[in-house]
Amino acid sequence: MPKVLMKGNEAIAEAAIRAGCEAYYGYPITPQTEVLEYMARRMPALGRVFLQAESELGAVNMVYGAACTGARVMTTTSSPGYSLMQESVSYIVCSMVPAVIVNVMRGGPGLGNIQPAQGDYFQMTKGGGHGDYNAIVLAPSNVQETIDLIIEAFDLADKYRWLVTVIADGMIGQIMEPVELPEMREVERRQQPWALTGAKERPKNVITSLSLGAENLERINLKLQAVIDEIVANEVRYETLMADDADILIASYGTAARIAKTAIREARQEGIKVGLFRPVTVFPFPYAELREAARGKQILVVELNAGQMLEDVRLAVKDEVPTTFYGKMGGVVPLPGDILAEIKKLAA
Amino acid sequence: MAQKVEQVRFQRPQSLAEVPTHYCPGCIHGIVHRLIAEVIDDLKIADRAIGIAPVGCSVLAYNYFNIDFAEAAHGRAPAMATGMKRVRPENIVFTYQGDGDLASIGTNEIVHATTRGEHITVFFINNAVYGMTGGQMAPTTLPGMVTTSSPFGRDVKVQGFPLRVCEMLATLDGAAYIVRRSATTPKQINQLKKAIRTAFMVQMERLGLSLVEVVSNCPTNWGMSPVESLGFVQGKMIPYYPLGDYKVKDKVKQLK
Repeated sequence: MPKVLMKGNEAIAEAAIRAGCEAYYGYPITPQTEVLEYMARRMPALGRVFLQAESELGAVNMVYGAACTGARVMTTTSSPGYSLMQESVSYIVCSMVPAVIVNVMRGGPGLGNIQPAQGDYFQMTKGGGHGDYNAIVLAPSNVQETIDLIIEAFDLADKYRWLVTVIADGMIGQIMEPVELPEMREVERRQQPWALTGAKERPKNVITSLSLGAENLERINLKLQAVIDEIVANEVRYETLMADDADILIASYGTAARIAKTAIREARQEGIKVGLFRPVTVFPFPYAELREAARGKQILVVELNAGQMLEDVRLAVKDEVPTTFYGKMGGVVPLPGDILAEIKKLAA
Repeated sequence: MAQKVEQVRFQRPQSLAEVPTHYCPGCIHGIVHRLIAEVIDDLKIADRAIGIAPVGCSVLAYNYFNIDFAEAAHGRAPAMATGMKRVRPENIVFTYQGDGDLASIGTNEIVHATTRGEHITVFFINNAVYGMTGGQMAPTTLPGMVTTSSPFGRDVKVQGFPLRVCEMLATLDGAAYIVRRSATTPKQINQLKKAIRTAFMVQMERLGLSLVEVVSNCPTNWGMSPVESLGFVQGKMIPYYPLGDYKVKDKVKQLK
């Protein structure tokens, strides 16, 4: 497959299209608006559904509606928009309808700015909306991986009847990289037994997240937790780089991990034994795998926030190894040299 | 001796589930549910209809119909309906919403679904109060009306003026059929049924958004008997929310 040069946001859109995404509902917000614009051009030409919604609230509820019919559907947004979507995210997971949502994170909190950040880790991995639930959260580090994970996202969503989210950031959204695109998958008009398609020759289907009565709702929650248990048991993904003989293990994801890789290579050239542990799923988080990889080492967590994945790292290693944090907030993106300086402090 | 032929003249509509409803005695929801079920049967669309229930007294509407149903977040039913209808245009998608759901938290969604001319049908049950949560003020509560959050009577100086939804939506080009009806007399009920039928036919012909507002009652939270509450609808609500056709596109007029 020849490579093409693509901007991350456009790759997100094209990947969804190639995954057989039937409908895209979105709203402009920097730094992911190019996804909406690309979809506006491409979807009608393919006879698929594109609609710019009146807000992120509208978009996520359109996604919810389409997901109830069993269609492959996606929306994308950035941090403040993702916040707006949380009520419906809770409904979507409770209803067990498959959908994909991409968050191209920007500086926060509040209106923030449009630079890359990782400040929504808590929101995305700990539920984000009300109630007990977790969506699957995939964490790409470059544009090629974003494409691959978006394809997987739709398949995972169908496999578990679950919401799959992709935690990206403004760097991934805006950067242009040579990528390989997968084969086009046509839209499949499916008749899921649970979907709302019209009660023809079958009893009616009702999709609701309302469950009056405590025992009823407990039953639903136990069912949801059982799905989460399966996801946790089967879908952990992570990557390591030069970790085996490392004394210092950097734990990082997304763009931060990418910058760390350069710092690691530079540090190795200076004889410092440093490696990388990069979660590719931040839910389910690779707790056991990180604990194993960190044995006998010290950890440096690098994030573009005030320390969010840091908590999962500490949970993983149960504070049995020294853990240090280096983070930048507000959309400031560190240079490899900044991370190298931190590595050297620890190596000293 | 001539054979007597028995004909069924009146029966429970197929699309209405044989389930006792939880609605209060005298509540108009029961009438509207029945009429919708009758029309769905008459038009033979039960096997492709999808309803969307709101948050409000009719949150359990999905228990009362024999068709596919979804439950929306508060106010978001028109967006959910849009999402469904765009991927499944052959289905008949309708929302059923109260005044809190549609005219308060959901105003953005209904305005935009209407202005986009979504091919969906909306049933708007306006009883000027939040029933399910125990009788708070609604955007459609009349000036002076006492509710639990306007205990001294709605004061327009502080709490503003009621919202007339049909008048507002009729200004939008995407609206195909925007009408206001009620159900306090047999004549009104017949007109309401006709409006429900036309509203669904508008969707079947893809003419734009159809909405039927039903000026309704709430005996429990108005503190009235069912009969008194119908009198309040006739005497106070309808003068503020006049019945009639607010928008009927030409192509709709031609529908039979």
